[in-house]
Amino acid sequence: MPEVKKPLLEVKSLTTSFRTDRGLVRAVDNVSFTIDHGQILGIVGESGSGKSMTSQSILRLIGSRKSEQVNGEVLFEGQDLLKLQERQMQKIRGKEISLIAQDPMTSLNPVYTVGNQIAEVPMIHEGFSKKNAWSKAIEMIKRVGIPSAEVRAAQYPHEFSGGMRQRGVIAMALAGNPKLLIADEPTTALDVTIQSQILELILDLRNETGAGIMLITHDLGVVAEICDQVAVMYAGKIVEKASVAELFSNPKHPYTQGLLASLPKLGDKTRLTPIPGQPPNLHHLSSGCAFADRCPFVMDKCRSVQPALKKEQTEHQVACHLVNEEGGDENQ
Amino acid sequence: MKDTWKRFKQNRFAFVGFLFIALILVVALFAKWIVPYDPYFMDSSSPLTSPNGQHWFGTDQFGRDIFSRILYGTQISLKVGLIAVGFSLFFGTIIGIVAGYFGGKIDQVLSRITDVLFAFPDILLALVIMAILGPSLTNLMIAIGIVYTPIFARIARGAVLSIRDSLYIEAARSMGVNSFQIMLRHILPNSLAPLIVQVTLSFAFAILAEAALSFLGLGVSPDTPSWGIMLSEAKDWMEISWWTAIFPGVAITLAVLSFNIMGDGLRDALDPRLKNER
Repeated sequence: MPEVKKPLLEVKSLTTSFRTDRGLVRAVDNVSFTIDHGQILGIVGESGSGKSMTSQSILRLIGSRKSEQVNGEVLFEGQDLLKLQERQMQKIRGKEISLIAQDPMTSLNPVYTVGNQIAEVPMIHEGFSKKNAWSKAIEMIKRVGIPSAEVRAAQYPHEFSGGMRQRGVIAMALAGNPKLLIADEPTTALDVTIQSQILELILDLRNETGAGIMLITHDLGVVAEICDQVAVMYAGKIVEKASVAELFSNPKHPYTQGLLASLPKLGDKTRLTPIPGQPPNLHHLSSGCAFADRCPFVMDKCRSVQPALKKEQTEHQVACHLVNEEGGDENQ
Repeated sequence: MKDTWKRFKQNRFAFVGFLFIALILVVALFAKWIVPYDPYFMDSSSPLTSPNGQHWFGTDQFGRDIFSRILYGTQISLKVGLIAVGFSLFFGTIIGIVAGYFGGKIDQVLSRITDVLFAFPDILLALVIMAILGPSLTNLMIAIGIVYTPIFARIARGAVLSIRDSLYIEAARSMGVNSFQIMLRHILPNSLAPLIVQVTLSFAFAILAEAALSFLGLGVSPDTPSWGIMLSEAKDWMEISWWTAIFPGVAITLAVLSFNIMGDGLRDALDPRLKNER
């Protein structure tokens, strides 16, 4: 991979809030991260932690309504996407940055053939003729490993199995040769064997095209398998950010520790240790740390002062008073 | 599509309706050549003849052949149905899709306008529009078209709302497809089924509305062979000649019934889940 000085994507203090009947909700709160060419960043968190909102804010799929507000900077190759006109944004979506949506079962339009939907991308972005776009679609279908591509291209989504559909969706996302691929839980709806095939496919494509990938998941196993960097999100904030090896061997935030402790291990007969309590209601966040109520190491300070994401080591950042103040004794 | 047709054919009742409509269509297209008499020709020697071998459905007060006039009447009915329903389908779908897709203020304004139109009884609203536009066949079709536009708008809006937030719409947006293309290529084809059904049902209403307005004297000119006008003129002679009223009445009933049962059958065929199991 070529070393480029400017990062592919640089997100700075991204904040997405919604005005609702019950007040302002910050779904994404002051999130910053970077993704380099060829790098895979995993974003981990439970449902409602703001992972998908982050990706939708980057692509500006939200923010067009008055009740939605997206602030901060999203620098894609140095250009702030949040400042672009909708028309310019349409040229970026699918061409420069594309999205693999969460559920392959519903992310293909039932009234068009799979080939047709893939062909739509080069027709929009590169002005391909119908015929050329169709052969491009077949090429893409071959590339994602669907056998007898010519036949498959002319079939409708309901004739595809779940794994095949996800491959179709990936083919659609790759048809514009994007530099950045956002995969929003690409394997959630699939069974484990298909899951590993899809992950392998994503890895292969990264190696082939050198695209940066933002992988959103709630599955730490997936992260361990393919990511380079991980950011753990909780209640709209990044609470810990590190390389995969570092995060798994030396988790610092109590939430990350809890996540890792609640993973089942092969051959281990002891009961799993779940994180007690429920994720907080974003309508009623306290002024302190959002995790305070569920944290085993909670201190008085945690309930009143919000911990900031501080550089613990050069590449390992944690937002926790425990770690940031007392230093070394966090590895209980 | 193949499945739909197969399911539709299995529904005998609806299929009979379909065949009858096909028959009406053929008659309307070839009326000129099939009719035994000129529908405008007044035979002053034989007014109000009861049905017989020469005049199957008898003659009216001017001696015109009722059978021929009924065959010609299919033209008026189909023309009114096609144009009026086409009008409401076109404008209603646009209003509904735009309202449903954009939501917010646009939706508020468009939906309130359709609500206002909905609040009037159909015939009354058509009468008001006809009174403004003046009586003529074209204006009649426009009036009926306006009256049925809100129904299509509401159906289209509902269909859009149910698919607007689908992942494949979001996927299309994330591929850089613009709003117009999304509405045209991704939302419209997915909303067609309920609209097609409504077209057949509205056809029946349009035929009825034309008959009713013509009966009230606001439709086509009085000598035109329209089922509604025939019925209207027949009311003065009904006591001495039942056939002048019965045959146009039966024609209206059969046509409306056929469109209705075909519409029901089509709905069941397009969406088997909606079917009333007996």
